[in-house]
Amino acid sequence: MHAVVFVKQVPDSTEVRIDPRTNTLMREGVPSIINPYDAHAVEEAVRLKERFGGKVTVISMGPPQAREVLKRSISFGADVGVLVTDRAFGGSDTLATSYILSQALRKVAEQEPVDIVLAGKQAIDGDTAQVGPGIATRMGWPQLTYVMNIISVDPDKREIVVERKLEGGKEIVKARLPVLLTVEKGINELRYATFPNLLRAARYEVTMWGKDQLAVDPGKIGLKGSPTTVGRIFPPPPREGGEKLPGGDDNPDQVAALLADLLIKRNLIADR
Amino acid sequence: MPEVTKEVLDLSAYKGVWVFLEQVGGEAAPVSWELLGVGRKLAQDLGVELGGALLGYGVEHLAQEAFAHGADIVYLMDDPILKNYRTDPYARGMINLIRKHRPEIVLMGATTLGRDLSGVVATELETGLTADCTMLEIDPEKKLLKQTRPAFGGNIMATILTKDRRPQMATVRPRVMPMPARISGRTGRLVKEELGVQEEDVLTKVLELVKEPGKAVYLDKAEIIVSGGRGLGEKANFALIEELAQALGGTVGASRAAVEAGWISADHQVGQTGTTVRPKIYFAIGISGAIQHLVGMQTSDVIVAINKDPDAAIFKVATYGIVGDLMKIVPALTREFKKRLGTTGA
Ligand SMILES: Cc1cc2nc3c(=O)[nH]c(=O)nc-3n(C[C@H](O)[C@H](O)[C@H](O)COP(=O)(O)OP(=O)(O)OC[C@H]3O[C@@H](n4cnc5c(N)ncnc54)[C@H](O)[C@@H]3O)c2cc1C
Repeated sequence: MHAVVFVKQVPDSTEVRIDPRTNTLMREGVPSIINPYDAHAVEEAVRLKERFGGKVTVISMGPPQAREVLKRSISFGADVGVLVTDRAFGGSDTLATSYILSQALRKVAEQEPVDIVLAGKQAIDGDTAQVGPGIATRMGWPQLTYVMNIISVDPDKREIVVERKLEGGKEIVKARLPVLLTVEKGINELRYATFPNLLRAARYEVTMWGKDQLAVDPGKIGLKGSPTTVGRIFPPPPREGGEKLPGGDDNPDQVAALLADLLIKRNLIADR
Repeated sequence: MPEVTKEVLDLSAYKGVWVFLEQVGGEAAPVSWELLGVGRKLAQDLGVELGGALLGYGVEHLAQEAFAHGADIVYLMDDPILKNYRTDPYARGMINLIRKHRPEIVLMGATTLGRDLSGVVATELETGLTADCTMLEIDPEKKLLKQTRPAFGGNIMATILTKDRRPQMATVRPRVMPMPARISGRTGRLVKEELGVQEEDVLTKVLELVKEPGKAVYLDKAEIIVSGGRGLGEKANFALIEELAQALGGTVGASRAAVEAGWISADHQVGQTGTTVRPKIYFAIGISGAIQHLVGMQTSDVIVAINKDPDAAIFKVATYGIVGDLMKIVPALTREFKKRLGTTGA
């Protein structure tokens, strides 16, 4: 079984802080990590390999330093890491990105047919959840998003059954292979990298593909291939109102009574 | 390049504002009506009609509701294949409808279903899609849709435009836009269309649908939310939040920092990567007010912030701010509300 996983390098959002004076993002020293959902996608692919044999190929798009997330994936047990990187890819929106990544997937599949593609349900920096469905659409393969559990895979019948998370419930769905899954964190528990895998990752030379290695149409990549453009960037609009209630620290009971009065007066809660 | 030029020339062929009317089992998702509310305004500013795209099986009754919430036309695809949501037939139905009727704008809810569907439709139509918009307006001169969303992990908003492709597609989360008034008796035109997909061609099958109402935290429906953040310091202190929520009959929310710390489960998270909420009263306790948190709660009617740092960003959006130590203030509030509301709490 050949599984391909798409991973993205993102800033570690839990470390991002807002400068209280300037109200801007403090980026300095914010470490980059593998998008947390994608780490679970890699883990799931490695588990499929353990069950069915075969191999795991991991693909990422980004600047040269995004190599790190591929090495990290190798340490989780992936076999091959490919970084899709080119200045010409800069400024790609989700449509252009899914095009470039689908061309990379085609190239991987030419070398060895692909059965399952996995990705995180979304990236924590952009949050769009659009690239996975975009890739599936371009390949003409079925997609199963928000997967919580792979119930069964039948490589001979070319079928997969998964559990998908829905609002206020879940569903069990069957699909034909090849298929693209986007996964929730709850799909598995990450394991510690084994020593041999860590060693392999440290020495691993990531394969790099640019626009010349991929059959990409120059009109479909980068800014030119992106239908969306950023028109204006501005600070969030201030909200009206804003009244500081006195006595927070010295007299909490008094401020509590004052707040209760205000909320009751506005008919938001009912006095007894 | 010649390809692109041709599409620029075609733009005027696209007219009208559409909303994808999301439903599950014949029950409409409220975000569908919220989108008709904002869609109505966009259609007015453009001088065009507001359409609804309704796909499902046995869902014709929802067309009347769509008219009552502002739609002028409803395009209906009613087919047994559409009984349960599946990406492929729904996407093909939407794509066929859009290719045939050419709306200039298509809005969808940023729900699980809407996110699954919108990416496929936009990719197939090779057009722009902006996720999780918090503001939608028409540029008065260029007549383009200005799609504003919180940008890229930063403390900023960005306005996104889709200049030379159509339709301009955007998703909006539930509860971000206000629910429009329902005008009973308001009517419109119903246009029935064939789906034109055979079951054999669909590569997925839904084997089972399980509802888990007990497990869901209905943050987006709560009228009072009491949220705690990193300022609580440790897991045990989160009980203070739960006690206050109980005294008020409210629901517990949290910042991402509190969720990441493992103090409370992720389905309580409010914000960009959590739920967007619009309660009558929102308490932000020990929460600094990062933009990713603010976008999920700043349209609440009344915001009460408690923070020991007088310069915390949360005070900029707070209706009532209390500067001080939450360890003292929150128990005082719980006592006071129990007394005033006659609740007992735990
Ligand atoms: C792409 C992206 C998506 C994100 N999505 C979300 C999201 O959906 N939701 C979300 O919440 N965050 C999200 N974040 C994270 C966000 O940027 C902040 O890191 C997070 O909201 C901070 O949580 P906090 O306010 O609880 O913690 P902090 O920012 O650490 O604030 C703690 C506050 O508690 C106050 N405090 C401390 N002790 C006391 C005390 N004893 N009494 C009173 N006050 C006290 C402090 O003054 C401080 O203001 C996202 C970030 C990124 C990059």
